[in-house]
Amino acid sequence: MARSILVSTRKGLFTVERGTSGWAVAEADFVADNVTLTLHDRRDGHDYAALNHGHFGIKLHRKAPGGTWEEITAPAYPEKPEGLVDLDGWGKPVNWTTQMIWALEPGGADEPGVLWAGTMPGGLFRSPDRGASWDMIRTLWDMPERNKWLGGGADIPGIHSICVDPRSSKTVRVAVSCGGVWVTHDGGATWACKATGMHYGHMPEGEADDPNTQDPHRMVQCPAAPDRLWVQHHFSIFMSRDASESWQEVKAQPSSFGFGVAVHPRDPDTAWFVPGIKDEKRIPVDGKLVVTRTRDGGKSFDILRNGLPQDHAYDLVFRHALAIDDTGDRLAFGSTTGGVWVTEDQGDHWQMVIHTLPPVHAVRFAG
Amino acid sequence: MAKVFFTSNLRRHVDCAEAEADGSTVRAVLDGVFASRDRIRGYVLDDQGALRRHMTILVDGQRLRDREHLSDAVGATSKIYVLQALSGG
Repeated sequence: MARSILVSTRKGLFTVERGTSGWAVAEADFVADNVTLTLHDRRDGHDYAALNHGHFGIKLHRKAPGGTWEEITAPAYPEKPEGLVDLDGWGKPVNWTTQMIWALEPGGADEPGVLWAGTMPGGLFRSPDRGASWDMIRTLWDMPERNKWLGGGADIPGIHSICVDPRSSKTVRVAVSCGGVWVTHDGGATWACKATGMHYGHMPEGEADDPNTQDPHRMVQCPAAPDRLWVQHHFSIFMSRDASESWQEVKAQPSSFGFGVAVHPRDPDTAWFVPGIKDEKRIPVDGKLVVTRTRDGGKSFDILRNGLPQDHAYDLVFRHALAIDDTGDRLAFGSTTGGVWVTEDQGDHWQMVIHTLPPVHAVRFAG
Repeated sequence: MAKVFFTSNLRRHVDCAEAEADGSTVRAVLDGVFASRDRIRGYVLDDQGALRRHMTILVDGQRLRDREHLSDAVGATSKIYVLQALSGG
């Protein structure tokens, strides 16, 4: 059962720990710097923190168990070929430079030290050595379909979700805003777009269901039942029962719009979301912050509000800011207004840890 | 040799004390500095070697013109200041 949470914020990394009297902030690192994402690698206990220094670019830091933070190599794009015209789906030139580390995941249990990183403007990277070096997965980057990818949530496309299949480390699924879901079964040698069934409600016919321009905000895979994946999409919620071969829409109340999604580690029918009014507003419905939970594969949803602010709450929860621990009992989320909440009973009751942090980008259980 | 001064805001993140290096262009001088302190490179230049979007460089008081290739000329006693641009907020 996880007793520690890494909270990445606009102004630092805060470690929340479970003490005898409850959850509280125990440590602050990188204070005043923009920490956008962390990874706690359960295989070896290393922590990773991605920073966006604005003027000075994207950096990556690592901390060994019991050690201190040290800067390591950040994923970097290869030299852009002279004269190459490389445009995104909007027709804008693609800058071959890491502009955000938007996904950080460990490789499989049989690949110690292997890490995956998804970035803006759409590059996927693999490290064989705990981030000492990174190789760009050129097979994905060089596909002509990438030039249809669009910015979503940012001006440029990005890979924000990476799911290494627990049955084979060579099967990896990535989700792209906006570029659908891409799957490899051979460790990255070949890729196929697997977003059939996802669709937008407001796009012209022919565009609405193009798998390669879908905007999955976040994708998660059930560890114990890996054929089941859940996606919080820009337009709605989608679920796959067949390992991303097809996707079905799921409707939730009070809204199907949101960014984050968590799936129970053993029960693929149980998933959580933090809804908001759809894209043009992006605030909780009626100013009431709630979490929605389905226990029946999306047929019905519980609206969970016990312990959450129900009066003039304008918290938005970003795509990496909702997390679940290995037991499936503990969840945590952080908001754009600096609130962090934890539950120990799958969302029936929430405890506010703090409400004065900087805007929260990401939340992750660690040890 | 040209002298290179880095914005004090960078010192919080990386060792970047004042340095000297030979070279007839900004690129050559900076490459000389980065040869022994490679970590600075990624804080100043992007992955393609261009000056980062919200950085600026002054050579003897003149703003760098060639942000992509850093081909601006440098004299033997030039002073090069690497600064964050106000465009970055």
